[in-house]
Amino acid sequence: MQNPIITGTQVAYYIVCQRKLWLFSKNISMEHTSELVEIGKLIHENSYQRKRKEINLEGIKIDLLEAKRGLIHEVKKSKSLEESHLWQIKYYIYYFKNIGIQIEGIIDYPKLRKRERVSLSLEDTCFIEKTLMDIDRIIRKPEAPTIINKPYCKKCSYYEFCYC
Amino acid sequence: MKDYYIFKSGRISRKDNSIVMETEDTKIPIPVNDIDNLYLFGEIDLNTRVINFFAKNGILVHFFNYYGWWTGSFYPRENLVSGEIIVRQVEHYLDIKKRLEIAKEFVYSAIDGFIKNIKKYPNIDDSNIATMNNFSALALEQDTIASLMGIEGNARELYYALFPQIIKQEIEFTKRVKHPPDNMLNAIISFVNSLIYTAVIKEIYRTQLNPTISYLHEPSYRRFSLALDVAEIFKPIYGDRLIFDLLNNRELTDKHFDKELNYCYLKENGRKIVVKSFDEKMNNTIMHKKLKRKVSYSRIIRLELYKIIKHLLKEEPYRAFKIWW
Ligand code: SF4
Repeated sequence: MQNPIITGTQVAYYIVCQRKLWLFSKNISMEHTSELVEIGKLIHENSYQRKRKEINLEGIKIDLLEAKRGLIHEVKKSKSLEESHLWQIKYYIYYFKNIGIQIEGIIDYPKLRKRERVSLSLEDTCFIEKTLMDIDRIIRKPEAPTIINKPYCKKCSYYEFCYC
Repeated sequence: MKDYYIFKSGRISRKDNSIVMETEDTKIPIPVNDIDNLYLFGEIDLNTRVINFFAKNGILVHFFNYYGWWTGSFYPRENLVSGEIIVRQVEHYLDIKKRLEIAKEFVYSAIDGFIKNIKKYPNIDDSNIATMNNFSALALEQDTIASLMGIEGNARELYYALFPQIIKQEIEFTKRVKHPPDNMLNAIISFVNSLIYTAVIKEIYRTQLNPTISYLHEPSYRRFSLALDVAEIFKPIYGDRLIFDLLNNRELTDKHFDKELNYCYLKENGRKIVVKSFDEKMNNTIMHKKLKRKVSYSRIIRLELYKIIKHLLKEEPYRAFKIWW
């Protein structure tokens, strides 16, 4: 079992940018006033208001867990960061599997009226294990990884911090 | 989000999820999501309920007394805290070499602001610029904080001595007097500097930097001593430029001041003029060369703090802001 304090957000950040992962892990987060974040919050609050349940397990946060059916729901506003969403969910599945709970993941895109099923293959498990070790290694470094200079940076909440 | 400056007297209270300002004759609702800072100049009643509400929403409140002098700020419990940053702030304070490196940048940048301001007024003799340049060079050579402060003091003295050549109004101004200001110019400088200082406090609150750990000023000097450090950079280029414009355009004249036996202060009508132009200025935007984005003047203060954080994280040596317009 890997270090349980690695969160889904850290896994997602690892996929997009290791620098973002490092900064976030040192609690150097930018204030959340960007519109993107706000919209995300809004969708999150409105779409699933009735069923909404949030659980926090050893640092892992799950937007909605329908425990009886063994489902993890992640609610996302667009498909722009598909890969990192996907790995976030897979990590949740992996995590629960390790503590003996079988679950299936679903990503909801209420704006696109789409849902997607997610499962965990053997390959995925290997990738996640490697990822967790990598995350652990990165966040122990005394210095932040360098700027990635990718188009994603323009949307990232750290943009001004990284490029000023 | 904006800053609200309240001159009226009355009561500010929480009403459901909003703020209401009540005066004798009106009730003005203020949407809480819209408030960034609250500046209270009037005589205002507040209760813990509304203060807790400010805290929850990360709203800073700045208090001013009858004379318009800043008396203190309500700085809600921080929600952006990073042990890593605090440790590094302390590390850079304790090691005198590291401390000097940062402190010198503040002084160098402040003197750079003096020079840029003087250069805007061709009637000022060039020899003054040469002397200022000399002070900047000297600042970089100092190996104690006290001597660095001394150089900054000398540069500032020369700079203020040139004010009568910059300001076209007839005003008596011999030297900078702070507590309390003794004439018109000292009164407006004190007032504007307190606005800059609170603007920096606000930006520090939006980062992980701890406002009490500072480099040029001693951390024990004031509660927000880091804000004093950073304000040095912005006082000449944000504050003094505003003062020159207001006085030279005769938007402020002696009728906006009250002079008592041994002190002078801006009257309410004067304060309103200053606050309005200050607020406009802070919301002005300018193209940022590196970010390739428009940023407001107040955002530039935040970026300065980001640069300090990056210095503390040993990413990039801190080079303090130098005005490019
Ligand atoms: S701006 Fe770019 S480099 Fe910086 S954290 Fe975000 S993604 Fe990474």
